[in-house]
Amino acid sequence: MPITYTSEEQIEVYRFSVPVTVGVPLLALFLQAFLPRRFPFLAYIDLPLLVTIFFAMARRNPISGLLTGAVIGLVQDSLGGHPIGLYGIAKTVVGFGASSLGVKLDVENAGARLLLTLGFYLVHGVVYFTVARGMVNMTLNWSWGWSVLAGLANAMLGVVLFWFLDKFKQRT
Amino acid sequence: MESILGRYRNLIILVGVLFLQVLGLAVQVKRSADAENTRLIRIWAVSAITPLERGLVWVQNGAGSLWHNYFYLRGVRAENRQLKEQIEQMRLEQVRLSEDAAQAHRLQALLAFKEQFVSKTVAAQVIGSSGSDSSRILYIDKGENDGLARDMAVVTADGIVGKVLQVFPSVSQVLLINDQSSGVGAILEKSRLQGVLKGTANGEVMLERLMSDEQVQTGETVLTSGGDQIFPKGLPVGTVAHVGGGKSLFLNVRIRPAANLSKLEEVLVVTEKQERQATAEDTVRMRAADILAQRLPSVPEKPATPEPNAALGNPAGAANATAPAGSGAAKPVTVPGPQLGIANKVQNPPATKPNGAGIPPTAKAPGASAATSIHEVGNTSTPGATVPGEPVKSRVSKPAASPASAAGTTGAPKTAAGTTPPRASEVSKPGASPASAPAGTTGTPKTAPGTKPPNASGTKPSGSQTKPPAMPNPAPTQPNPQPPANDDGPH
Repeated sequence: MPITYTSEEQIEVYRFSVPVTVGVPLLALFLQAFLPRRFPFLAYIDLPLLVTIFFAMARRNPISGLLTGAVIGLVQDSLGGHPIGLYGIAKTVVGFGASSLGVKLDVENAGARLLLTLGFYLVHGVVYFTVARGMVNMTLNWSWGWSVLAGLANAMLGVVLFWFLDKFKQRT
Repeated sequence: MESILGRYRNLIILVGVLFLQVLGLAVQVKRSADAENTRLIRIWAVSAITPLERGLVWVQNGAGSLWHNYFYLRGVRAENRQLKEQIEQMRLEQVRLSEDAAQAHRLQALLAFKEQFVSKTVAAQVIGSSGSDSSRILYIDKGENDGLARDMAVVTADGIVGKVLQVFPSVSQVLLINDQSSGVGAILEKSRLQGVLKGTANGEVMLERLMSDEQVQTGETVLTSGGDQIFPKGLPVGTVAHVGGGKSLFLNVRIRPAANLSKLEEVLVVTEKQERQATAEDTVRMRAADILAQRLPSVPEKPATPEPNAALGNPAGAANATAPAGSGAAKPVTVPGPQLGIANKVQNPPATKPNGAGIPPTAKAPGASAATSIHEVGNTSTPGATVPGEPVKSRVSKPAASPASAAGTTGAPKTAAGTTPPRASEVSKPGASPASAPAGTTGTPKTAPGTKPPNASGTKPSGSQTKPPAMPNPAPTQPNPQPPANDDGPH
């Protein structure tokens, strides 16, 4: 199976029903806020990021992807105590990148999904770290080893989650 | 031009959206000092997410409660027995602690310290978190409707948790002490070194601003210093987990929080703190002659026959407290007996009661024995208790009521008249010190508000009186006919 597409005709663009479009991000945000309190290690999982990547890659529309990322990120910011926009900016970039890559790559493949999710997790971390340090003057520690490990955990969960969310896809 | 816009449309929109967010962020950073306004998006997000969390917590609690209260009752009987034993032990401990607390209050009054108490709390349940490891935030199920406001302290029985950051109608956001934007004034319990408690990026709690030449022991307890005006002084924060040399002049002191911040279920929000100036004027005014009079050995009074109703613990008898002889204005006063008994029980526990060595007794009028009989409960082993009840009365006598001062007193030294004895709850709970006990005395030698509440004899103990110096008691010891102490006390 080819990894890259050669023409626009090969691209399948999906859409989602309104309940899925609204409900899945909300559920991800809710679980992200609720689960780490019970299971602290789950704080390293970024469900809203996974949902952003999934919707962006499935829709294959950069504008739609960046807007999805922006909204999810801003809502995630609202639940925290820091200035609103840190996650918003990071997820906007990820949404745009994922949807742009979705046009060019076969993102239905589990291996590609794993690598893409790992990559976008790192991009997200770098953007968040840069903005938080540069604009908000937050003290954050960056560790490549830890970030790659957390990224791998997120990527593996992402593969499973994307497979589950594929069931909600509707062909345009 | 149009072709360029069309070609780079996606990129332009991306830059536009990013620019807007950066602009919004910059505005927020600039206005960070003005944290009074809650962004509308926060309200919307919290309104969308927290009902789900609240519902899930409710279902979870309901299921848990159903299981634990109706099905899983194994070992409850044994646990009940253990808890009863624990209550007995804690009662003893409470008596000891209340004596210590009373002493602390007296000293505070003596030094005219301002006292701060946690007078009202609201219990709340943790329903969620920020979901991000860079922002250590909790959501609790109480908000503005329950009387919560910004900057209220959030604690548990183990220690402090954080402060209220944002308040919504039915939900509040709590900033944990391990968040890097948090700051708490703290003090080390033994060395009394003060510092600022700050969170780190990885969720640790550090005590900052301690000079590197200071000695800090691992395991030392850290308390709140009260300097932040949010947490009342003296609340447990945690223990020193690690002490390391800092880069600069300061030590790196890592604190292990007393409260388990990652597994919080219920918390208490301090909605009301009480601050009052402990009045020390009466305590300070104690004359040297009075102090001497208490310390010198003296000849005890003739034993008096206690009134029968007093021996039975009749409140009416107990209430007939009168002024010491020599005052010339002894008035029988009515004091609610049970309250008095409870108050005295707490204030003067048998275990810590001084033996009254060398404290001169005052003359007493009929009825005083009844009052002191309440006071003397459990004092069977006190060698200084030569007369049933009487030595205690003299021991706890206010300086003005002692012989040394009574001789020169021309006015009417007040006894229990007009002095409302505090309830036991007022005495025992930290929010109400003896300093707050309504004095109500109007006579010249009035009851010092900063000291213990008056007993039935209308006198009060002072710091030096409660802990007399150890010296041989010349007074002949007589058996105390009072019954031994019990938890109920005479009524």
